[in-house]
Amino acid sequence: MANVPAELKYTREHEWAKVEGDRARIGITAFAQEQLGDVVFVELPKVGAKVTALKTFGVVESVKAVSDLFAPVSGEVVEVNAELPKKPELVNTDPYGQGWMLVIKMTSPKDVDGLMSAADYEKLTAGGGH
Amino acid sequence: MRYISNTPAQQKEMLGVIGAGSIEDLLVRIPTKARLSRPLNLPRAMAETDLIRHLQRMAGLNAGADDHVCFLGAGSYDHAIPSPINHLISRGEFFTAYTPYQPEASQGTLRSIFEYQTMMAELTGMDVANASIYDGASSLAEATLMAHAVTGRDTLVISRGVNPLYRQVVETYVEGPALKIKSVPLGDGVTDVDALRKALSKHSATVVIQYPNFFGCLEDVRGIADIAHEAGALLVVVADPINLGLLTPPGACGADIVVGEGQGLGVPMSFGGPNLGVFAAKQELVRRMPGRLVGATVDVDGQRGFVLTLQTREQHIRREKATSNICTNVALCALMATIYVSILGKRGLRKVGELSTAKAHYAARELTKIPGVSLRFAAPFFKEFTLQLPKSPERVIKRLMKDRLLAGVPLKGFDRAYKDCLLVAVTEKRTKDEIDAYAAALAAAVA
Repeated sequence: MANVPAELKYTREHEWAKVEGDRARIGITAFAQEQLGDVVFVELPKVGAKVTALKTFGVVESVKAVSDLFAPVSGEVVEVNAELPKKPELVNTDPYGQGWMLVIKMTSPKDVDGLMSAADYEKLTAGGGH
Repeated sequence: MRYISNTPAQQKEMLGVIGAGSIEDLLVRIPTKARLSRPLNLPRAMAETDLIRHLQRMAGLNAGADDHVCFLGAGSYDHAIPSPINHLISRGEFFTAYTPYQPEASQGTLRSIFEYQTMMAELTGMDVANASIYDGASSLAEATLMAHAVTGRDTLVISRGVNPLYRQVVETYVEGPALKIKSVPLGDGVTDVDALRKALSKHSATVVIQYPNFFGCLEDVRGIADIAHEAGALLVVVADPINLGLLTPPGACGADIVVGEGQGLGVPMSFGGPNLGVFAAKQELVRRMPGRLVGATVDVDGQRGFVLTLQTREQHIRREKATSNICTNVALCALMATIYVSILGKRGLRKVGELSTAKAHYAARELTKIPGVSLRFAAPFFKEFTLQLPKSPERVIKRLMKDRLLAGVPLKGFDRAYKDCLLVAVTEKRTKDEIDAYAAALAAAVA
């Protein structure tokens, strides 16, 4: 069973969001990285870029596939994990910690209400991979 | 001989399964007037000896570079082809292989492609080259789509110095994604930089130039790179790799993507194809690069081996999100180029460039001594130049054909503004006698 921290919010596309005031730190879940396999490349937007909830903001590439990354919330990118271009494997080894991707300054903190709880996300992924 | 391998009984059985009465019934949606209502009017079958005689007679009607002295260029050049190329590519292991679809089982093919990529990357001055694309025109079209994907911008700024046929292919490719094209005029043979500056905006994905350009003239790649980059656009340079043994590689002048026609590198002119599409880019753009890419690695035992790498970019894995729908390469033509560069080496390739440009300048000097004949542009040229003639180029060409001289490419069909112009290419293959004979024949034809 994949690790689903209770304090985080989730999307159906397997991103997590950690809300810190009007900011959200985001990444992909442990379940997502397990499904992808070894991550070899992460393409992220630059600081200052605008992202829109449920629209793509980047790409994660593993040895198996290239997948789009979906923003859990709308806003402006205020931080980008500069380690990921050099160490994309952090997404595998520590998806909720050092494998974080962006910090977004939310335009509408209400976006968070639309995200899934840990319990709901756990139910979504309970069926295992496909 | 019958070409349909199933019997009438089998056909009847298959038609029965799908509930059709006859094969004709399957074609009813095609209007009758668009269908052939009689058997094809084909001549009777010939014996092999008769057939060879017949085909040779037909082939004899062609004017080729083997039996004529060729000053044609405009994208396809009569460079010398060393004999070993044909012998080596005729080996079954190479000749029958297609672009590898079970790649790791084809280590030899992958190795040859890896060597090709390395050579093209070095010649163009770029970090990485792909396994090749169909031809120079499709390479350019793919490069413009890539520039659009990288920058997220939708206008292509293309110099009129780029081969008009390539520009047409780009127009076709970008119709789907609805990209806009802005043409930049020439000022005396090279891209007008003031017009270029005016054409650029925050919507410009790329600036495309050709070096040397379609008319033979040498563009200021460095200066244009700066202008493109200031506007946030990528610089795409179309270059013929055979010239790059002598000319500074576009990569060293600020190009982001270098594409070109590699036919000169040991591939016969063959009536315009198959050709060799060269495609090279900077390292940071590698994941947006179209086409196949071979990488070197080590296996579990630490032995060197080759793989198709970054395949996740490709259409057969990424489907609708692929960087391009090209999933193949021109493996045999790429092999010809690989063998060519191996045989000539660094010095040989340089020599080809030196001889071509020296002979082209000798030819230009001799031809412009003829009254009424002049160079159309003052800009420096490499191995090709644009002549202005006092008589119709089409008529001059016809006249010189009688002396077994292919005088050049008339420019009227490309642009009516150049209806009195002839594009002349001179490779290292041309001798002084041939050039002098051309000058004498041209003098007589325009007198």
